[in-house]
Amino acid sequence: MIYTGHIYAGPIETWATILSVAATAVAGDVLTAGAMRRIGDLDRIRANSGLGGAVRAVTSSPIFLLGVLSMAASFFSLLFTLSNVELSLAAPASASLTFLGNAFAAKIFLKENVNRRRWMAALFVCAGVFLLTK
Amino acid sequence: MKHTLTPQRYLILLAVMLSASVGDTLLSHGMAQVGPVTLAHLGLLLVALRNPWIITGILCLLGFFASYLTALSWADLTFVLPSTAFGYVVVAFLAKYWQHETITVYRWLGILLIVCGVGFVANGPSLTEHEPQHPPEESTPVAEGATPGGTQ
Repeated sequence: MIYTGHIYAGPIETWATILSVAATAVAGDVLTAGAMRRIGDLDRIRANSGLGGAVRAVTSSPIFLLGVLSMAASFFSLLFTLSNVELSLAAPASASLTFLGNAFAAKIFLKENVNRRRWMAALFVCAGVFLLTK
Repeated sequence: MKHTLTPQRYLILLAVMLSASVGDTLLSHGMAQVGPVTLAHLGLLLVALRNPWIITGILCLLGFFASYLTALSWADLTFVLPSTAFGYVVVAFLAKYWQHETITVYRWLGILLIVCGVGFVANGPSLTEHEPQHPPEESTPVAEGATPGGTQ
């Protein structure tokens, strides 16, 4: 079916697809960040083992590969969402939800110290991304 | 211990911001030359891969991913992500001055909010200090007269 400018999704389907984009993006970011934390400082690995060693260290991590898989799932979810939901709603809503979701997930899963300063940053960036699409 | 960044690491964050936004803008410019891709003409995507703007855009995005992973290896996700959001600001400026798009008041306001958000985390610590899971090993006694920290 060729896209003709009509929006086919109802509100539940709209928000379900947007949430799936944000959830898979958050999973990708958190898994990738967790993998990089386990691997350690890439600058130091590159200094010791060269660029090839750094690439091997990253690509041999199953958590990193799972993160990339989640990012790919997020990309295809976004494509699917854009075929049913207007870009002006899908892009800012998924980006904003991803920023907030990352702050929560980083606190819970990565045990990051998400202090008031970082919450404010997440909220400001979230609102800023939303306004950019106006 | 407060983790602050060295100038070299600020350069990596700058690369994260610039490479993503420049890469996206190059892809957009290239795809505008290639034309709309539909399900019936997916072969156009292969044609797009021969466009120099697209090739440069892909190289920029590869550079983004490499610098993003490097940043995540020494900084928190909640520190790196607002920095990457600064790329939206760069995209807005590139859209205005290169692609000659109109930037509305709402967008300028959005840019201001993102700059404020990045400012909130930029001066804070970059990495959360975790308690070590295993107690540190007992330090070996340093011989009298030896230089601590290695040979000098």
